[in-house]
Amino acid sequence: MAPSYENLPIDDDEFDESQIDFTDIEEQYQVRLDEGLDAFVVVDGLPVVPEDSKAKLVKFLLRKLNSVGKVKDDGVFMPLNDEGKTEGYAFVEYSAPTEAVQAVKQLHATPLDKRHTMAVNKLTDIDRYGKEGRIDEEYYPPEIEPFQQKEHLRSWLGDPEARDQMVFFRGDKVGVMWNEKEDPPEPAVDRDNWTESFVQWSPQGTFLTSMHAQGVQLWGGKAWSRQKRFAHPGVNLVDFSPNEKYVTTWSHKPLQVDENHPVPSLSLEDDGKNYVIWDIATGKPLRSFTTIDVPSTTDAEGNPVKKKMQWPTFKWSSDDKYVARMTQGQSISVYELPRMNLLDKTSIKIEGVMDFEWAPALPRRDGIKTYEQLFCYWTPELGSNPAKVGLMSIPSKEIVRTRNLFNVSDAKLHWQSDAAYVCVKVDRHSKSKKSMATNLEIFRVREKGVPVEVVDSIKDTVINFAWEPKGNRFVLITTGEIPAAGVAVPPKTSVSFFCPEKAKGNVVGNFRHIHTYDKKNSNAIYWSPKGRFVVVAALQSQQSFDLDFYDLSYEKPKDDAEKDKDLTANLQLMNTAEHYGVTDIEWDPTGRYVATVASAFRHHMENGYHMYDFRGNLLREEHIDRFKQLIWRPRPPTLLSKEEQAEIRKNLRNYSRLFDEQDLAKKNTANRQVVEQRRRLLEEWIAWRKNMIEMLEDEGAEIELNGGVIKMEHDGEVEEVEEIVEEIIEETEEVIS
Amino acid sequence: MRPILLSGHERALTQVKYNSDGDIIFSVSKDHVVCAWFSHNGERLGTYHGHQGALWTVDVDPTSTLLATGGADNTMRLWEVKTGKLLKTWDFETSIKRVEFSSDGRQLLGVTEKRSGHLGTIVVYEINPDPEAEQTSEQSLRIVCDESKATVAGFSYMAIYIIAGHGDGSVSQYDAKTGELLYNTPVHEPDMQITDLQWAPDRTYFITSSKDKSAKICATDSLEVLKTYQTDTPLNSAAITPVKDYVILGGGQAAMDVTTTSARQGKFEARFYHKIFMEEIGRVRGHFGPLNYVAVHPKGTGYCSGGEDGYVRVHHFDKPYFDFMYEVEREQANL
Repeated sequence: MAPSYENLPIDDDEFDESQIDFTDIEEQYQVRLDEGLDAFVVVDGLPVVPEDSKAKLVKFLLRKLNSVGKVKDDGVFMPLNDEGKTEGYAFVEYSAPTEAVQAVKQLHATPLDKRHTMAVNKLTDIDRYGKEGRIDEEYYPPEIEPFQQKEHLRSWLGDPEARDQMVFFRGDKVGVMWNEKEDPPEPAVDRDNWTESFVQWSPQGTFLTSMHAQGVQLWGGKAWSRQKRFAHPGVNLVDFSPNEKYVTTWSHKPLQVDENHPVPSLSLEDDGKNYVIWDIATGKPLRSFTTIDVPSTTDAEGNPVKKKMQWPTFKWSSDDKYVARMTQGQSISVYELPRMNLLDKTSIKIEGVMDFEWAPALPRRDGIKTYEQLFCYWTPELGSNPAKVGLMSIPSKEIVRTRNLFNVSDAKLHWQSDAAYVCVKVDRHSKSKKSMATNLEIFRVREKGVPVEVVDSIKDTVINFAWEPKGNRFVLITTGEIPAAGVAVPPKTSVSFFCPEKAKGNVVGNFRHIHTYDKKNSNAIYWSPKGRFVVVAALQSQQSFDLDFYDLSYEKPKDDAEKDKDLTANLQLMNTAEHYGVTDIEWDPTGRYVATVASAFRHHMENGYHMYDFRGNLLREEHIDRFKQLIWRPRPPTLLSKEEQAEIRKNLRNYSRLFDEQDLAKKNTANRQVVEQRRRLLEEWIAWRKNMIEMLEDEGAEIELNGGVIKMEHDGEVEEVEEIVEEIIEETEEVIS
Repeated sequence: MRPILLSGHERALTQVKYNSDGDIIFSVSKDHVVCAWFSHNGERLGTYHGHQGALWTVDVDPTSTLLATGGADNTMRLWEVKTGKLLKTWDFETSIKRVEFSSDGRQLLGVTEKRSGHLGTIVVYEINPDPEAEQTSEQSLRIVCDESKATVAGFSYMAIYIIAGHGDGSVSQYDAKTGELLYNTPVHEPDMQITDLQWAPDRTYFITSSKDKSAKICATDSLEVLKTYQTDTPLNSAAITPVKDYVILGGGQAAMDVTTTSARQGKFEARFYHKIFMEEIGRVRGHFGPLNYVAVHPKGTGYCSGGEDGYVRVHHFDKPYFDFMYEVEREQANL
């Protein structure tokens, strides 16, 4: 029987409340009251002196104590014992609690002389931790938790159909989906309110990152359980190191960590910081930093130029061993992992430095025994010194190559994905500063002495540039005029393709222009991660939403092969598509599919995504309300050797036959299912209708059975209506003389 | 066939109706005027003047003798179709959102709005089908909706039940003799208003449309949801086509949000779904404001839509419309 008011046990009245032992609860939920003692500190470790020297000691002590705040008048109390000597400690009252905190932070463990070291603690802390019984006198070794098998973090790679996963963020829901080409994606997991602002994959796809007001969480494994969490209140952005060993979190607002705002795993030292670099394996912070304010500059008319924050600010070398940050115009600070100490204890002074980029892979330079990490930087013209581009090797700090440039107004650094080249896109102004031109300075990093090749045939301003991943071809977009902000119709752009000439031996020839497509609206370049194919698109535009799919290694028919035979590319525009309101383009990590997204982050028109294959054939389109993000799950680098990959490529034909059969079988089952489903629906409906009509017949519903028409007595009498239609075909007026 | 554009109204259309023969279309709009049109060529047959406010609703009796209208002037009126004579005016405290005749034309129901201390009600009058006769002022039934106001309502087959759709997305079944509430089921998303309720020809099932962007077909006697049609825009109206197993849905972005987006964004299209398979099969563009009502010719040969843009578009179906069949339907037809 369920308990009710009537049958409650009566002997409850005899219950004595004072008998209950609440101490465990009290301890657990102990409230720290503001005792008004926050401005007090206890200074310990002082020399023991007789009474007459006490004043001298106090004076000496005050000099130290006043360096961090103001000690109240008569704020030092140094008790005497029975023998008239001091006890070696003193109570000090500051004028504000914050000063007391500072005193603890700065004065604790300062040596007074050879034998005495001052210990400064807050009075409340002494009270809290120093009370007898609060801390166990005996040492117990920490208990080591038994080993627990963790989930396999890369299980998704073992999909028998080698499908790729993508994360969908729409409305408040985040889901990870298997790509099913033209069919609706199959959800692997779908959760409400999984993130507060956005989601992000780690660079090798192991973790899904969710953002929260309290910090960042990493998710993974087959069950999508929480793997790690990094408490960083107010976090805005997150960045991973390339090998997923470390993660940087950044908040616009400085961190607030103090007694009243405790943050798990962060200490008082992290107070006021903006960046925290974490070790992913342990979940512990390594070091925190504050934001460096970029000196505000003014443009030609004296208006302050709003600087965009560079993200990531802390840039990782490709092996996760170094992380570097630039202090614009002054220096680059390189930190060594995992200790996070400044390399050689000093920042690298580079006067005027504007930007730097690490090589995205280990640069295998010719004639070097031990390969080192490399970064590229540039400095503008300073006084009579020309602008410079330099390559620096780390940790030796050797400058491998520099190059002087003139009339530089801006430069952008573009590394090729294997670190074989770095292209410096230099925007140059004429002497009068009226016309602009762009030079491409391509550093051949792998070749001896790092030769530089200049492509200066570009008259127009280059607005975008992208290397072929793992290749040596590139695409750039130029425009006749610089697109001004606020202009409704952006100027037409041209898309140009470049590739190296064919050269004898195992060298890469000079870069040559292949072809330019004029009168485009495109402004964005998205290479397939495997190279060869590229999508050039018009994003964030009001008028045009074109997507052009190019193939750079298309096999020309034989008779056509004579032309351009000295080039290492055969360019073809494969397909053109349009996706209204497109804001983002995402290649899947295998280069088989392209997803284009109209994200609700940018606008609210026809949010959703399109799925194309690499040739630009539309496979699927879906409109989803408040669709925000679609990101493919990255894959870690392949474990197959070059030879094994070549072997697979050789036998591709045999494999593809197998895959085609599988696809066909799958499609047939799916089709059969759809047809079955329809047949079932139709049969159900017909049966139901039959039922209903029988019911109406039983009820004698004549009107309803007649389709709502009331049978009249005079029905059947046919009334003939004659309608005469006159149509005037032509009207002419003739004057008869 | 090219649609016929009826541009006789000066303001947004609120409801359009075919008579039972399908030769006349009645339209009401916020411009206070009721219009009657020939459906085959779009010629205007006449107008009915008298209302003092925006009109919300119109219905014609099965013999095309009497016409009922209701509007924001808190009156429900009965007209003679042939002459345009005002036969009867019933006065209310609030505006009339929906009028509908029973299938035999001998009962008329009206749905009143909930406003300023007045609960929404459904009222029923006995109607004398003779236009010369005096019509009663006495309500034969009055149902007060104290839970959530009714927005749409109608008589079931043989006027056994009154089915009403509510502002909270639920559908109610009342006994049409006693007014007793028999069932109330949440059909649409909570607090998503039901915007339309139209009957299948034999009134054994009906379709509702809602602001929750879906339309649903429910059985009259059990209120069981039989079919669901999911779209990407708030719906204002839904109709069931005779002859072919389709439904037509109309809607579009709410009128107040329209100015902020282009016509492309508004989704001002009539959408055709297959009634049984619940798959979209086509769309008809044309309106440049949301569709407020879609009505289907009782013989299934065409449909018309009334839009916020002030136009009625009358469409006659072409041959491909009738020829279109799913493979399984063809199988069924050949049995």
